[in-house]
Amino acid sequence: MSAILGSLLKRYYFERLADIRAPARAPEREFGYFRPGSGMVRHISVRDDAGLRLLLSQNAPPDVYCSNAYYAFPELPMREKEWRGADLIFDVDAKDLALPCRAEHAVRVCECSRVHARAECPHCGSQKSQARSLPCKKCIKAAWDEVEKLLKILEEDLGITGAIAYFSGNEGFHVHVEDPGTYKLGSKERLEIADYVSFRGAIPELVGLPRNAEKKKPAKPAEPDNPGWPGRYARHALASKAARSRAKKEAESGGYQLAQARLAEAAPVIGARIDPGVTTDVHRIFRLAGTVNGKSGLSKIPWEGEGDPYEAAALLGGDPREVVAECPVRFALGGSRFGPFEHGRVRVPAYAAAYMICKGLASDPA
Amino acid sequence: MLEVGEDEPAAPRRKKLEVGEDELARYPFLDEAGDYMKDTGFSLEDLAADPAFGRVRDMALARIEAAAEGRVFMKGAPDELPVEIYSFLLAVVMLKISSRRAMYGRFALAEARRAERFLESDLRRDTRASMGDATRGVVARIMHDLFEVDIERDGDDITMPVPSYLLHSTGFHEREWKLVNRRVSGGMVRLTPREAVRLLRSAVASYISSRITSARTPPSVPGLEKYVSRITELAAAFEPAASYTGEYPPCIKHAIGVLEKGENLPHSGRFMLGTYLLNAGKSIEEIAPLFKGAPDYNENTTLYQLRSLKEGAGGSGYSCPSCDKLRTQDLCHETAECAGISHPGQFGRGR
Ligand SMILES: [Zn+2]
Ligand SMILES: [Zn+2]
Repeated sequence: MSAILGSLLKRYYFERLADIRAPARAPEREFGYFRPGSGMVRHISVRDDAGLRLLLSQNAPPDVYCSNAYYAFPELPMREKEWRGADLIFDVDAKDLALPCRAEHAVRVCECSRVHARAECPHCGSQKSQARSLPCKKCIKAAWDEVEKLLKILEEDLGITGAIAYFSGNEGFHVHVEDPGTYKLGSKERLEIADYVSFRGAIPELVGLPRNAEKKKPAKPAEPDNPGWPGRYARHALASKAARSRAKKEAESGGYQLAQARLAEAAPVIGARIDPGVTTDVHRIFRLAGTVNGKSGLSKIPWEGEGDPYEAAALLGGDPREVVAECPVRFALGGSRFGPFEHGRVRVPAYAAAYMICKGLASDPA
Repeated sequence: MLEVGEDEPAAPRRKKLEVGEDELARYPFLDEAGDYMKDTGFSLEDLAADPAFGRVRDMALARIEAAAEGRVFMKGAPDELPVEIYSFLLAVVMLKISSRRAMYGRFALAEARRAERFLESDLRRDTRASMGDATRGVVARIMHDLFEVDIERDGDDITMPVPSYLLHSTGFHEREWKLVNRRVSGGMVRLTPREAVRLLRSAVASYISSRITSARTPPSVPGLEKYVSRITELAAAFEPAASYTGEYPPCIKHAIGVLEKGENLPHSGRFMLGTYLLNAGKSIEEIAPLFKGAPDYNENTTLYQLRSLKEGAGGSGYSCPSCDKLRTQDLCHETAECAGISHPGQFGRGR
């Protein structure tokens, strides 16, 4: 690992140690962290704030994780842990939203370690490279819009009011729910919740459109003031008189298939676009709030939607560091703009140096 | 003495409901029925051999025969209440003595469907469905005590918390049961009384099934021989045909064993078994009979489901899940012979 990044992490965990709290029911959770040079260390048990702070100050790891699950024996191998329940987690990633701007803020890190923005490396001709995405206000705003939809559905429909949203430190948000009603739910039940919040799998009957010609039940479209999805769909697609009669006619002539297709079209607009794989995994370890994200050098922090997370989460310090950087794209971080940088030495604030190092766009000076 | 109580403590002992005789006749699977019997002072020997109880014995067998035919046992006119109660208890004893597990599940499902009709009408009638009410009706109490579902009444509808709904709804494959297709608000799912009891059918069935498994009965009871041998005859139709043996990994053997015992194999287990055998080159026609033991066995559904496993995933068929995946689904039953494999399909290879 980069010596610069290593020393910034040490300073971070030294200076901020008192602010870092172990999550609720910490002794029942599995902790893990990344140890440069040897890989993931898992199946660790942490008893309390002091135990967590000791782990962080001793290792200053680039990534720290904690299970959403509670176990009888968190330190034992997976099969012997004895699962007792898990927080409900939602993950919104800007990557999954695939906005058209993504190409503009992506760079490629070649296997020769040079950075470019093309299909083929201009330095060595290789086509093997890894895409790295730089901060984009549009993308993170779009991800936050999904979180807001999610929080509203959780509260209005599912009666879940205590959800906490976190900026992941990279390109998305995590929403954590610690709720006695849901923590016992297994993967299948969580998939139902994931499908619910994303309006996936809805059938025309739900919004009062007829099943098919044989049933001869007249269409009775949902009303905008209906609770839950029928109302939300009505406000989206059946708000005006014209829209209602169009939908009715369409459902009668186009039949079930078309009505079904309309619902599927509406899903990404009115549903929350979450990663269902994350919600259904009841054994996963998640980045721990308050720690640094090793993919960006930014911290995972609670987020309520005010301001710029790329400013608020840049917490590794503003004092300058010199690095060898190469970054063909401009980016905004910590309230300042950086780049583009031609291959060479630059002096930037510590958080920006760490960011570029984590993204593979900079390294320690020789 | 007849005791249809828990022998192995299947569930923590709950506080007794106050249940009337008429309610016990509708819901004879409640363990209060055993107490009722005890209180009346009749013994198992009486029920089995006393000429006075001939009608109870016949009705017990009729209940089992109805289950074997996939019917719900209903008589034109309700019998004397004690006969209704005793015949259920005796049927449980007969089944246990027969030890034909293939029949346990069938009987449990048929009795669950029978109870469903009463539950629905009681639920419609009962204005005391609400949980907070100390005098709440028997259905609300059954749902709460047996299935941990707290229902509330709202107009003609029944509401229940989203997590309770999900714990029972994920067994259904029809899209109507998906949470997204339900009326949900404020953390509650709204159902008609019919839907609410339908939701609980398989939970009621497993409860009844566990009552049979845990019933304490002597190995044989004079007077019941001919009933027991009739059950053995009936069961033959549901016992799986030739089962595959040999080099199957323990997870697959276990799943086959579950079906042979007439117990319920979860959807994930059926998926594993079906995909494994299909990938092992078995034909749909060879595999389908294995599922005969399942309490909800239906030939057409089974063939349809196997076909979709074979043709799904874009035509190439689904593959069997990995060992890791099976572990998370509690389907793995690893033995020493599994060393070094990460997929059931690798079992027994290279040796
Ligand atoms: Zn290159
Ligand atoms: Zn963007």
